[in-house]
Amino acid sequence: MKKISTTLLLVLAAVQLFAQTATAPDSLYASDKIYVVVICAGIILLGLIIFLFSIDRRLKKIEKKSSGKI
Amino acid sequence: MHKMWWKILGSVLVLYATIAGFLATVPELPILHETIRNLYFHVPMWFAMIVLFSISVFYSIKVLRSNNPLDDIKAVESVNTGIVFGILGIVTGSVWAKFTWGQAWSFDVKQNFAAIALLLYFAYLVLRNAIDEEQKRAKISAIYNIFAYPMMVVLLFVLPRLQDSLHPGNGGNPGFNSYDLDSRMRMVFYPACLGWIIIGYWIYTLLFRLRSIDKNSAL
Repeated sequence: MKKISTTLLLVLAAVQLFAQTATAPDSLYASDKIYVVVICAGIILLGLIIFLFSIDRRLKKIEKKSSGKI
Repeated sequence: MHKMWWKILGSVLVLYATIAGFLATVPELPILHETIRNLYFHVPMWFAMIVLFSISVFYSIKVLRSNNPLDDIKAVESVNTGIVFGILGIVTGSVWAKFTWGQAWSFDVKQNFAAIALLLYFAYLVLRNAIDEEQKRAKISAIYNIFAYPMMVVLLFVLPRLQDSLHPGNGGNPGFNSYDLDSRMRMVFYPACLGWIIIGYWIYTLLFRLRSIDKNSAL
């Protein structure tokens, strides 16, 4: 696990290379504040996915209950 | 856990596509500029919708042969999910159009026909609700669905190509892939499409399971 997380961290270090564009970036990217938006959008999406998993789990419970009844 | 791998795959792909969709570099294009990133969000909605409608037409054909009410439920729930993705596609499309074409709804052929294609599927749901008897409803709506599907394909992919359109890939405009969907964008675009298709399919299975429990408890 430790190895995997270190590898992941090192891979993430390369992400910064993407930020270096040769030409002037658009204003949204120039201030580097785009990361704030990315974090928010990522949190929303992650939350929705976790919600989807929880609905799936609840449905599975009900399925078990109703199949036992019949 | 063993049955969940594709749900996790879909979640990871969608998360990756969203984060990379904001942060990965894109080619510099006139007019579009950074809005080309919408390609990772707007287009997968339509792909997911088409896959869900294809599932629906598959089960509509099946229900005519099998007369199995579960196949009918599969057909209607995949249309329900597909319509949600279609609405998201048309709304994101008009937001994108607002900033690149000048107007949210410029009565472009692609927009008009996409709206008509959605209306076709609204009509499918209205038709279903108008028939009370279950067997009849399954049969009539299955036949309607089999006709609606090729109409949807023609409206979205054939007719817009024959007229002037602002939408890429239509009316003499080349599609994005021919000149500016470079390999960097493909690395995000394809996972985004696959991921959203999987998420759409997942939501459809949830709705189907819910409806079949509902049906079982009613018996």
